[in-house]
Amino acid sequence: MAPFGARRRILDDDHPMTAETISMSRPPAARRPLFRRRSALPGFGLTLGVTLTILSLIVLIPLSAIAIKASSLSPAQFVAAAFSERAIAAYRLSFGAAFVAAVINGVFGVLTTWALVRYDFPGKSVVNALVDLPFALPTAVAGIALATLYSPNGWVGQYLTPLGIKAAYNPVGVTIALTFIGLPFVVRTLEPVMRDLSADVEEAAASLGAGRIDTILRVILPALGPAWLTGFALAFARGVGEYGSVIFIAGNMPYKSEIAPLLIIIQLEQFEYANAAAIALVMLGVSFLMLLIINAVQAWSRRFS
Amino acid sequence: MAAARARHPTEDPVWAKVLIIGLMLVFLGLVLILPLVAVFAEALRKGLQPALEAIGAADALAAIKLSLITAAIAVPFNAVFGLCASWAIAKHHFPGKALLITLIDLPFSVSPVVAGLMYVMVFGLQGWFGERLIDHDIKIIFATPGIILATIFVTFPFIARELIPLMQEQGVSEEEAAVSMGASGLYTFWRVTAPNVRWGLLYGVLLCNARAMGEFGAVSVVSGHIRGLTNTMPLHVEILYNEYDFVAAFAVAALLCLLAILTLVLKGVLEIAQPDVKRGGGH
Repeated sequence: MAPFGARRRILDDDHPMTAETISMSRPPAARRPLFRRRSALPGFGLTLGVTLTILSLIVLIPLSAIAIKASSLSPAQFVAAAFSERAIAAYRLSFGAAFVAAVINGVFGVLTTWALVRYDFPGKSVVNALVDLPFALPTAVAGIALATLYSPNGWVGQYLTPLGIKAAYNPVGVTIALTFIGLPFVVRTLEPVMRDLSADVEEAAASLGAGRIDTILRVILPALGPAWLTGFALAFARGVGEYGSVIFIAGNMPYKSEIAPLLIIIQLEQFEYANAAAIALVMLGVSFLMLLIINAVQAWSRRFS
Repeated sequence: MAAARARHPTEDPVWAKVLIIGLMLVFLGLVLILPLVAVFAEALRKGLQPALEAIGAADALAAIKLSLITAAIAVPFNAVFGLCASWAIAKHHFPGKALLITLIDLPFSVSPVVAGLMYVMVFGLQGWFGERLIDHDIKIIFATPGIILATIFVTFPFIARELIPLMQEQGVSEEEAAVSMGASGLYTFWRVTAPNVRWGLLYGVLLCNARAMGEFGAVSVVSGHIRGLTNTMPLHVEILYNEYDFVAAFAVAALLCLLAILTLVLKGVLEIAQPDVKRGGGH
């Protein structure tokens, strides 16, 4: 591959620029050029071409197949498939459990991050590594482990049953699995922001007479707001679509403990491809919405940093 | 007289520290630590021998092999994609860059089940290419290619999202210097860029591999669950568990746990040795 810089230099030597060509080649100052500054590095066309081709083949075209399949239904059929009583119960469970799990992670994620960033305690590096376990552990493994723990005669479940709490094979179990899945999203989003919180502000608040609780509630927590929201949204979005860790602990009773992704698989097994696509399209719509919200929150938080 | 050391105004009182660390440990214990312990306890419930036999069974070995093949194709594929995407995005200016990054991120927010479903819509019997594939006797769905495709999709952003911020941070000055002195693009990449991003690449590969070996939902849709043939390790765990063969299910699960622990240890070592890598992704 011929280096770009060298080739351009040769061209320049062959055609020394006159005043006219210089004025022509310079864009009007007021107009913002489309390509701000041409990078001198080669390979742009090739790498961007490969990127766009693979992205289209792996992600965009297959995703469009779902919309196209769902559009083979009439509007009435689509509503009947995507918003049947059973489907609505499944969305309610998937969204509801993901929301509750994200709230739980929102609370304990802040505590965990606070302890990891601010305190020293024995075993801290192990705890720090363990927080990422849900990223590394296959979801099915988490699923069977949690189902075993929280079943009525499991290690934890046996203490919950006398209290009248039925954890496994219930919406509670779904929430437990989604809490497992979502935790690192909250902690790892909060961590860098909490680390960068400047001590000056806290000291200023303290020296102005604010109590520790006041400082935390009015100075620290508001500063964490955007990162907290981002982590919450990431955990929620992941929870809505989660399948592997949930099906073992959920019980999978229609209308009661059946999550939306499972309903897609059931439709598929009954060869109701268009119905499966309709439910998938609703879930995709929610995913896109979550993605937009996350991006908006991040853009909003950048304005303050 | 033991004078009580005055507490710094930004330091929490001891009772608060104990309370927060205690709450954290109870929470992590219930959600993270006990499940991990339970997997090994259940696997070894009848001793080491039955657990090892379960892992050595023909179906289990076939599942391990398929998982390794899948990861061996999906991870390098995503690494090549990640390198191309990050070179184009981080080292050049072009309009629509933010949109492109969002699209690369898309698989993170698509349910794995939906990911599997979309490949069924394209390559399945009733899909776009279904009949043509049958005519040519090519099987993608309910076969290894479908499993690999689904795995590539769910792990698609891992390496790219690690490399893009890393390369952006490093800028273009080193590469520009090399090119202006007459180095070719490929030479510049191998001698200047690659050494700068190799640890970030390894970090991405590590996370990508963990997810590739462990993916369940997407693979479950396209696999067809044929024992010894289209069963990956997580799917094999599911089959054994649903057959109430708990010792065997947890034995294979324990093997996956060991892989996860190894991943976390290597990740921790990388983060300590090369703090730069942690600035990437976040997923």
